[in-house]
Amino acid sequence: MSSVAFVAIGILTLAAALAAASLSKLIHAALSLAVAFVGVAAFYFLLGAEFVGLVQVFVYVGAVAVLIVFTILLTRRESGSPARFKWTGALVACAIFAGLLVAIFKTKLPAAPAPPLAPLTVKHIGDSLMTSYVWPLQCVGLVLTAALIGAMILVMEEKRP
Amino acid sequence: MTREFLDQIFIHGKQYLLSFTAGAPGWLVQIISSLLNIGALLGVFLTLFALISVLERKILGRIQNRYGPNRVGPFGLLQPAADGIKLLIKEDVVPLRADKVVHFLAPLMMVFPAILALGVIPYGRNMTAFAIDGGILFFFAVGSTAELAVFMAGWGSNNKFSMLGAMRAIAQMVSYELPLIITVLPVVMIVGSLSPDAIVAAQGGYAHGLIPRWFVFTPWGGTAFILFFVSGFVESNRTPFDVPEGESEIVAGHMTEYSGFKYATFFMAEYFGMFAISGLAVTLFLGGWQAPFGLLQFIPSYVWFFAKLSAILFVFIWIRGTLPRTRVDQVMNFAWKFMLPMAFTCILAAAVWHYQSHGLIGWFGSFAVIAAAYFVLSRVLDTGKKFAPRTYRFAE
Repeated sequence: MSSVAFVAIGILTLAAALAAASLSKLIHAALSLAVAFVGVAAFYFLLGAEFVGLVQVFVYVGAVAVLIVFTILLTRRESGSPARFKWTGALVACAIFAGLLVAIFKTKLPAAPAPPLAPLTVKHIGDSLMTSYVWPLQCVGLVLTAALIGAMILVMEEKRP
Repeated sequence: MTREFLDQIFIHGKQYLLSFTAGAPGWLVQIISSLLNIGALLGVFLTLFALISVLERKILGRIQNRYGPNRVGPFGLLQPAADGIKLLIKEDVVPLRADKVVHFLAPLMMVFPAILALGVIPYGRNMTAFAIDGGILFFFAVGSTAELAVFMAGWGSNNKFSMLGAMRAIAQMVSYELPLIITVLPVVMIVGSLSPDAIVAAQGGYAHGLIPRWFVFTPWGGTAFILFFVSGFVESNRTPFDVPEGESEIVAGHMTEYSGFKYATFFMAEYFGMFAISGLAVTLFLGGWQAPFGLLQFIPSYVWFFAKLSAILFVFIWIRGTLPRTRVDQVMNFAWKFMLPMAFTCILAAAVWHYQSHGLIGWFGSFAVIAAAYFVLSRVLDTGKKFAPRTYRFAE
């Protein structure tokens, strides 16, 4: 059952990602990227990481995809000029993929399937965020606050003398 | 015994239907069980949609001193069927320069999240279609994808008014999502769970044997409820805040180029979104399916849920019939300058209430925090404009 789901979600996610990379219209590419994000969220659900899956949908589809779409809106609409194949882009993508492969093969996987973990609840996540991971949390908070204030200053009306 | 049976009658019905699949493999039973849940959910809410669409026009008619629909069927109750047939047989107009695929997918993308969000709401004891631990988070996660659908509608139509309407709608939805989610936080913090069932369970019982322990009766809960309700109004693009489709300014916003059944789908998505937000408000603040008095607990839980839901929907319609449309800048200013600080104050007030062990001192302390924040905000945001009856001058 779960392997069937794995294959189905995998095909959908990969197809969406491929479409995002190859479609000529930017807006279609952005929308397929959103589908790929949903596919990744479905993987998290399949692995039992409910919370991460929901946050994936929340942040990536609800915020990042909308942000991308808005940026496309603010750029000029290209008039049907076919996008050229860019070697530098392919090179960067291959390099990242190779790096990921190395990381995956260097990771020692446990020989026996891991014992089933206790169901991870939001309470546990909150506890560990407030105890062992409190400094990263504070740093992220600081960065986000700075970004918010920066955005406010950028759009603030200047007082006329 | 009969009371218990009546309360769980739908659960028993589902068990009975599932008993026919006795010999089937586990995954098939699981799929059939999910399909039964989905079917029940869609059946109930499509009926409610049909009912509310005619009731809304009736109530609006009453408010505006006219009859409303009264020709089709008894009291005009068959009006939705007539409307549905009319919209189905209408020509499907697609603009020549439209992005066809995106244009077609937008109404569907709009209605899916609303239906998904309806799944996590507990409609009665043991009556949650999709009970997961992070139900509240699920609700907002799927709700946030609606922005993408609005954008698709605006962009796919290739029309200036559509695009303007979509940008307005997205700006408004993004702004009001913040107070909407932050007003939920105090409830989640007090209950200590993101599961809607746990939140309803936490509101059971009666203080002094009389007053129900619903969160709306605490100062922070009452304030959060009002803020949540207003934000929900904006999220579902209903009339005082239907700036994105202000027909006097931008035709119909992102729905300008939609006609026939596609328009009906948008209409349905708006109503389903309204049901979802109202259902969540009932769950979070009005005690879900809990009875308001201990004596009335013999009435089945789902009756209470739908009674509360109908009350909220009535207020939705009432406000639509009473208030004029706000201006774009007013809506946005209100979100960032008033709603957001008040929502944060609710968290603080809830903390005061919690650490005074939910007692009377905590109640008044919490009230003081809310009142102080409201007073300060009203002073700071006062623009100093003098409002007086408008004077008119006519040609002599």
